[in-house]
Amino acid sequence: MRYENGWSMSEALLRVDDLKVHFPLGGGWFGGAASPLKAVDGVSLELTPGRTLGLVGESGCGKSTLARALTGMVPVTSGDIVFEDNTIRHDRAASWNALRRDVQMIFQDPLASLDPRMTVGQIVAEPLRHLRPELSRADRTRRVAAMIERVGLSQSQINRYPHEFSGGQCQRIGIARALVVEPKVLICDEPVSALDVSIQAKIVELLQQLQAEFGIALLFIAHDLAVVRQISDEVMVMYLGRVMERAPSDVLFDTPAHPYTRALLSAVPRPDPTIERSRRRIALPGELPSPANPPSGCVFRTRCPWAQADCAAQTPALRAFGEQTRVACLHAETVVKDRLATAG
Amino acid sequence: MLLDVRDLKVSFDTPDGVVEAVRGFDLQLAAGESVGIVGESGSGKSQSVLALMGLLADNARVTGSATLQTDSGGLELIGAKRRALERIRGARIAMIFQDPMTTLNPHLRIATQIKEVICRHRGLRGGAATQAAIEMLEAVKIPDAPRRIRYYPHQFSGGMRQRVMIAMALACEPDILIADEPTTALDVTVQADILDLMAELRQRTNVALLLITHDLGVVAGQCERLLVMRAGEVVERGAIDTIFASPAHQYTRDLLAAVPKLETPHFARVSS
Repeated sequence: MRYENGWSMSEALLRVDDLKVHFPLGGGWFGGAASPLKAVDGVSLELTPGRTLGLVGESGCGKSTLARALTGMVPVTSGDIVFEDNTIRHDRAASWNALRRDVQMIFQDPLASLDPRMTVGQIVAEPLRHLRPELSRADRTRRVAAMIERVGLSQSQINRYPHEFSGGQCQRIGIARALVVEPKVLICDEPVSALDVSIQAKIVELLQQLQAEFGIALLFIAHDLAVVRQISDEVMVMYLGRVMERAPSDVLFDTPAHPYTRALLSAVPRPDPTIERSRRRIALPGELPSPANPPSGCVFRTRCPWAQADCAAQTPALRAFGEQTRVACLHAETVVKDRLATAG
Repeated sequence: MLLDVRDLKVSFDTPDGVVEAVRGFDLQLAAGESVGIVGESGSGKSQSVLALMGLLADNARVTGSATLQTDSGGLELIGAKRRALERIRGARIAMIFQDPMTTLNPHLRIATQIKEVICRHRGLRGGAATQAAIEMLEAVKIPDAPRRIRYYPHQFSGGMRQRVMIAMALACEPDILIADEPTTALDVTVQADILDLMAELRQRTNVALLLITHDLGVVAGQCERLLVMRAGEVVERGAIDTIFASPAHQYTRDLLAAVPKLETPHFARVSS
C-alpha cells in the first residue's frame, strides 16, 4: 500500500496523522469556555530512515511545539503518532516510554540544554543508564567514549564540564547524548541557530555524516532557510499551526507555490551585493495574528497579497500541485502564474 | 570626516590576566555613509563600538583615538568626561542593540521611554513631547501610534519593539546610528521589514550607519563599505562589491564560503 505522497508504508518509520496540539486558555466569564490556542492544528508528516524532513516557519508557527509533541514533552490533543506500525497512546506514559530510545532530540541552546553540574561523560552516559539499563558499566563507558570521539571531541575532555566548551562543542555533546542510545529518529530543534556560520557548517556536516552512517530519520527544524535547503530532502512550511506547503527541497526552493513560501524566500538577504540591490521582496502587510484567535478560512489570508473573498470562507486543505508539491492554497495556480509574469 | 578612529585597542583586566579584545581598529566614517562590520563571536566588533560610546565594563582599558567632528572642531571620545559623552550619546551617536526586549525598560510605557530621550536632548515637555513621540512612532510605521504609545514593551512583538528602539535612536536626529545585530533576533520577514525601514530612514535623514552583524547577507544589502574583523583585528576593509567579488584575505574567503546559499545546495552531500 502506498500513501498519497507516493511513499510506501514500509518506508515510513514515524508517521504523524492530523496531529493537533491545543492549549486551553482559561474559561471565559460566566463559565463559558474560551476557545483553545491552536499551536499545532492538523499536521501530518512521515519520517523515513536516512532522510531529512526540514521544517521551516517563523516564531509562533508551531514548529517547536510539534517537535515537543513528537517526543511527548507537550500533551497531544488529537491525531495519531505511529512508530513502526505501533500507534502511540498519547495519553499513556508507558506508551511514550517505549519510544524514548528510538526518538531523541537536540536543542537550540547547546549550553542551556546541558546540566552545568555534570561532566561530559556523565551527560552522555545518562540516557544509557535509563534507556539501556541492561548494559554493564564497562560497556557503558566504552560506548560513551566511542560516541564522544565520533562527534569530534577528545576522550581527554570527558571529565570536563559544559562551561569549559564553546557553543559548537556543546552542540556536539548534545548530539552525542542523543545518539548514544542509537535512536532511529532524531529531532533537531534549531540546532545551529545559536552558532557562528563556520561552526554551523561543521555541525550540519556532522549531522549528515552520522545520518548516513546510522540511517537515522531526521526532522530538522530551523528558521534559516538556506541551512534547511542544504540538509533537507523534503521541506514543510508552517504558518500559524498549519502546513502551508510541502515539497522536495529543490522543488520548494526553486518553484514555491504558496504565497507564504514565496514571501519567506523573497525576504532572505543574499550574501551578494548585486543580487541584493535588485532583489524584489514580497512584503507581508500587517502583523502575525494571534494563534488564540486565528483568521477564518485560510490562516494566511489576512497577510496574503493574493487573497480573494473565498479565502475567508473556505479552509484550504493540503492538495497536490504539480508533480511533487502539496500546497494549502486555493489560488496557487494564479500565484505561480503571477510569479512567472513578474519574473519574465 | 564625521568620525575618525585610529588604532583603537581594548583590553580587559580579568583574574586570569589581561584579555586583548580589540587589537587595532581603524575607521573613517563620512556623513551619510553606511559601513558594515562583520566577524564571528569574539572578534571584537561589538567591543570596538562600545568603546567609542564609552559603554565598556569597568575593567576595560582603552587606548587610541576616536575623533567626532563637532561645530568647534573635533571631540576626542576616548577618555572623554562622562558629562561630555552623555551629551553625545543619543544626540549625536545613537545605538540600537540585538534584543529590544532587554534594552527597553519593562516597567515603563513606551511613551515614557521615548519622551525621556526627547526631553533630555530636545528640551520638549508635556503635550509637545507626547506629540513628538507619536510622530516618531509613526515615522517607524507603527500602526495606531496614538493608542499604542501607551503600551508596555511586552505588548509589542519583537519586530515592533525593534521599531520602537529605532524610533528612540532617531528621535534626536543623530549623525551616526550604530546598530549592533539589529535584526538577529527577528524572523526573516520581520528582518526584511526592519532593514527596509532602516534604509528608508537613512535616505530621509542622511544618518551615517555603522552596522555590526555576523550576517553577510544583511551587510550586502545595506552597506557601501565593509570591515571584516577576526580575533580583535580588522583583517580586510574595502568597498562592499570588491570584497564580495574578490576577497583578499583568506579569512574573508572562508567566511563567504561558509555561508549556506539559498540558491544552490552548498554543503557536500554525504552519500550513504
